[in-house]
Amino acid sequence: MDYTLKELMVAAAAREIRDGERVFVGMRLPLLGFAVAKELHAPNAIGLFENGVIRDWPALAPIFTMSDPPNVSRALCCCGLLDVMALLQSGRVELGFIGGAEIDRYGNLNTHWVEEGGRRVRLPGSGGAADIASLAGRCVVIMNHERRRFPEKARFITSPGHGEGKGWREMKKLKGRGPARVITSLGIFSFDPETREMVLDSYHPGVSVEKIRQETGWELKVAADAGETRPPSADELAAVRKYDPQGVWTR
Amino acid sequence: MSKVCSLEEAIRDGVRDGATVVMGCGLESVIPFAAGYEIIRQKKRDLTLVAPISDIQFDQLVGAGCAKKIVAAWVGNVAAGLGHNFRRAVEEGIPRAIEIEEHSNFTIGLGLQAAAMGLPYLPTRTALGSDFSLQPHFQRVTCPFTGETLLAVRAIAPDVAILHVQRADSDGNAHFWGNLGVVREAAHAAKRVILTCEEIVDHEMILADPNRTLVPGFLVSHVVLAPLGSHPSPTQGYARRDDEFYFEYHRRTRSREGFEEWLEKWVFGARDHRGYLELLGRERREKLIPGKELCSPAVSFSV
Repeated sequence: MDYTLKELMVAAAAREIRDGERVFVGMRLPLLGFAVAKELHAPNAIGLFENGVIRDWPALAPIFTMSDPPNVSRALCCCGLLDVMALLQSGRVELGFIGGAEIDRYGNLNTHWVEEGGRRVRLPGSGGAADIASLAGRCVVIMNHERRRFPEKARFITSPGHGEGKGWREMKKLKGRGPARVITSLGIFSFDPETREMVLDSYHPGVSVEKIRQETGWELKVAADAGETRPPSADELAAVRKYDPQGVWTR
Repeated sequence: MSKVCSLEEAIRDGVRDGATVVMGCGLESVIPFAAGYEIIRQKKRDLTLVAPISDIQFDQLVGAGCAKKIVAAWVGNVAAGLGHNFRRAVEEGIPRAIEIEEHSNFTIGLGLQAAAMGLPYLPTRTALGSDFSLQPHFQRVTCPFTGETLLAVRAIAPDVAILHVQRADSDGNAHFWGNLGVVREAAHAAKRVILTCEEIVDHEMILADPNRTLVPGFLVSHVVLAPLGSHPSPTQGYARRDDEFYFEYHRRTRSREGFEEWLEKWVFGARDHRGYLELLGRERREKLIPGKELCSPAVSFSV
């Protein structure tokens, strides 16, 4: 079956959402993942957006920002930023999706600044990502997998992952459990329950473990039972294409 | 007395050089771009700009040299990525160096809410492991009841809030709906409020639906009629988002010269907001008008 890498990543994002969960959805691939999950296995999932929108069904028209009118119309609730952040802080949001320019061995994300050719490059900053990373029950990270984006240690922690390993989040008094999964353009990763270090769970079809190691800035651990990422099913693909008919995000 | 005035007047009276201005409080919608363009035309200087995510508005004001400090969670171009002017200012001091008070969306909302409540700070559990929370507007505090460590966020009290809303009466009592972002918090945190609105309505319309009044008029100093005043950002029920405008801005502002040309065309190329709408052209304006009507049913306030 023909599918794109982005479609595979959306299907993988959708599989992270369990039925009935309240999810900080984000934009682009996770937003599509939410739509696919709603369509297939998680019809009772609820989507929350930082601007105050809460939805129990996905916006049908394609959107570029969470405040676009099709994401507001026929929402379940339109409240304010502090209202949805309060739900997050008080433990009522099970899952949040985030991304970043850099992710490190312990899942710490940087969206403030990076270095390119010895020069500091300023990035846009946290937005709501640091809040989701701090407070959501668990987080799923989605990003492109390139060596420069996967340093051993992030230059700046915008959105805290597992810090320096087990016990760090507890020491910092962070309530959320932090990143549980990382979905990249090459594979899918989880975190070792003992060390909190990122571990390769599956490599996407056509990608070798060797290639992933080359694109990772530390000595990557590979799960004993690591295998190929399950390709999107016909149902998953149909759902992705229903919500991204022009392929704006997935082609 | 009516507070209705022109945009030129509202910005001249309401925004002084050196002022702290909160604007762009709906996150990606109801950004008061018309007011931002007037600030640029009037060459306001040394402003401190406050908002969680202001989409390209802060990038424009930084590029035009109006800002000395940014208090924000995110500065860029939401659909297209980085803000080129913001980068040039931070990395190279072009057109001038700017100071940044880093926040997350939640902490900026809390800072505004603290000021809105007349408090010096509010505590939170967010950002405790984030490097930006080491800046001095955050402090670790111990809860006097539970002994827990919390992050105190210093109050953010702007001189003026500039908000775009759907409708207001001539006293500035404003109905606003859709995603609320931090619009309410900003209105209550600021010393005064400038409203730009799609429609100016009778006082009776406000009284008919009081739950919809997000900003009471006694907080408001200026009311400006500015249809499509949030263009290119959307205003629920009145204007769609003009996606192409953001992508074009991203392409054209890659170089400093490109940005200067962009400013000449879209900001200095119009004398005022009416001129800007003419520049936009009828065809493009018509595309922004929402299609199918989705009106909420009236609610009863019967006694």
